[in-house]
Amino acid sequence: MSPRLEDLNVGQIVATRTVSVDRDRLREYAEASGDRNPIHLDEQAARAVGLPGVIAHGMWTMGAAADVVSTWAGDPSAVVGYSTRFTGPVVVSAESGAQVQIRATVSSVDVPAGRVTLDIAVSSAGVDVLRRARAVVQLRPATPDGA
Amino acid sequence: MAVNPDFAGREYPPTGPYSVSATSIAAFAQAVGAENVLHTDTDAAHDQGYAGVVAPPTYAVVIAQQCEAQYVADPEAGIDFSRVVHGEQRFDHHSPIVAGDELVGTLHVDALRQVGGNSMVTTRTELARTGGEPVSTVTSMLVVRGEEG
Repeated sequence: MSPRLEDLNVGQIVATRTVSVDRDRLREYAEASGDRNPIHLDEQAARAVGLPGVIAHGMWTMGAAADVVSTWAGDPSAVVGYSTRFTGPVVVSAESGAQVQIRATVSSVDVPAGRVTLDIAVSSAGVDVLRRARAVVQLRPATPDGA
Repeated sequence: MAVNPDFAGREYPPTGPYSVSATSIAAFAQAVGAENVLHTDTDAAHDQGYAGVVAPPTYAVVIAQQCEAQYVADPEAGIDFSRVVHGEQRFDHHSPIVAGDELVGTLHVDALRQVGGNSMVTTRTELARTGGEPVSTVTSMLVVRGEEG
């Protein structure tokens, strides 16, 4: 069942998730997305450009956070808008991988438009890896009369 | 080599069609940890009124990045990919991407800015079905770090 707009309040946390990621997962994402930049796959390549180690694709992190929203909405196509800045790396250790914390909070509710905007906080090892991450979710069709 | 300012405002001819398969949607969903059955179960997608399994919200980047390559991989553009960092990403979806779609992409170089020693490169890919129906607007901002940065 998808959430009801009338039940949502600005500031309300609607979903949280902690996601584990390891280097096998990054190889999977590289194959699935076609982004085979070696800084996401190879320790030496990452260190050669000054990174502390292999880092997750920014788009992997954005995709993992998107799923928290689409799961909450009940339908992935309800996410009609989604944007972010990339502000920090998710450093993925060869031994222990990494943990990513995701939290979605109601930013605004537009009842006539049938839409809710969520702010999504995403951090790893205490660093904000996404900032200004925001998803627009269409929970039901707009009502033309504004009722 | 600096980013070539002459590319600002450029629009490329449409490329594609890019075929969206159920396999590629399922692999992408698996890789980002998306477990909704709509990504993997065609019958479930049909039951919800979709013509095929439904792509996750960021799947459009797979096609958009193929379109962007026309620009970012062009030696004339002056983008040193070893110095590129992904700065921002935005999706505005107009219609769900589903398995069986045949999409074309039209790439625009929206902005080239110098900030400090870095170049900020904003591209926009308009994805549409081969019949012309708009599907998604995918906007990417890349930061090309300066040589002294």
